[in-house]
Amino acid sequence: MSYLDFLAEHGGRYIDGTLITAAQFLLAAVLAILLALIAGLMKLSANPIAKGVAVTYIEFFRGTSLLVQLFWLFFVLPLFGITFDKFTTGFIAVGLNLGAYGAELVRGAIQSVPKGQWEASYALSMSPATQMRRIILPQAFVAMLPPWGNLIIELLKGTALVSLIAVSDLMFEARQINGSTYLSAQAFGTALVIYYVFARLLVTPFMRWLERTMRRRMGRA
Amino acid sequence: MLDWRWDFTFEIMPRMLWATLNTLMAAGIGYAIAIVLGLVLALAQRTPYRPLTFVVREAVEFIRSTPLVLQIFFVFYVGPQYGVTLSPWVAGMIAIGLHYAAYLSEVYRGGIESVPKGQWEACTALNMSTAQTYFRIIIPQALPLSVAGMGNYLVGIFKDTPMLSVIGVAELMHAANAIGGQHYRYLEPYTIVGVVFLLISLPSAGLIRAFEAWVRRKLGMS
Repeated sequence: MSYLDFLAEHGGRYIDGTLITAAQFLLAAVLAILLALIAGLMKLSANPIAKGVAVTYIEFFRGTSLLVQLFWLFFVLPLFGITFDKFTTGFIAVGLNLGAYGAELVRGAIQSVPKGQWEASYALSMSPATQMRRIILPQAFVAMLPPWGNLIIELLKGTALVSLIAVSDLMFEARQINGSTYLSAQAFGTALVIYYVFARLLVTPFMRWLERTMRRRMGRA
Repeated sequence: MLDWRWDFTFEIMPRMLWATLNTLMAAGIGYAIAIVLGLVLALAQRTPYRPLTFVVREAVEFIRSTPLVLQIFFVFYVGPQYGVTLSPWVAGMIAIGLHYAAYLSEVYRGGIESVPKGQWEACTALNMSTAQTYFRIIIPQALPLSVAGMGNYLVGIFKDTPMLSVIGVAELMHAANAIGGQHYRYLEPYTIVGVVFLLISLPSAGLIRAFEAWVRRKLGMS
């Protein structure tokens, strides 16, 4: 069977899988960005409880593996009476995990905003919320975009693990096709190429575009 | 509701601790492969042969932007298709070693590029061969600059070893899956896995930071 025949026969399943992977990726990315922002700000908070919660969240999710967290959410959470379907569990686990890494990027970027900016906004008697929203966060956002580009690729790679709780993403379809055809090089190779194209031709150019646009809007182009 | 059983916890503990050793061994072997292979990948990108540089550069990008778990499956299943059967351990070590070699090659590359230009010029002036330049002058200076990145990936490789369970490497996650399947109890095994990972990775992250500071102090860099 030539590779073209292989693609003609199984191409539809790869497309279905890619769509599920894309959905997992987008949902997990939104969750990770929200969590990173909240936990990053909480870690800088003067309130010891808020800070403690953020540090615990960050250290816990960075200290254990995504796969362990995924299985724990999937198998153990139902024992607490909380049951999500596997699709939801998948992107929640990926989002929680990468959000913890992102929180450190948010914290680092906020701390890298020059002290004069804080003092100037204080001198203009801005409220802490306005100061954060109008002055600090926009500058921190520009500073943290490059490392976020790497993190988003890690997030995309992380979504492959949801296949292990039987979410029918790209990785899952590749395993199914491998199981029914025994054409491992084609089955897994095609999936590898799709992940690569997704990362290099969609995600990375988008992040570069965002970096350029944001720098320009901040007058730093 | 939740019923944590201590007797069951103690019953499975020896097996979990034994599997922890396998996890540590997998991380150690994988890291050893990655350290050496990463250097080869980094140096190959600095040769004057354009096609080689291009191929290695793209290969590194490819490995870095595709999921490790898929690479593990690929290495494990593609061999038998062409008559080469790899054991789970061998396939797993190749996959994880290669994956982290790609990451480490970027760390080395950063280290090599931050060695001042004068060092290279001095080597040329002293008529040193390329091999001498790299192994006696450049790499000894680039390695300390790479320590921070290398440490992060040591913890990273350790945290990625659970993925080896998918092809049947008998590490911690594999043991937890097996115990869960046998006893229909997942709470204790998976929680133990999480706790073991926290207990190992948090202190080692601290140790690595201390080691990094020590290296910098020893070399008078800070």
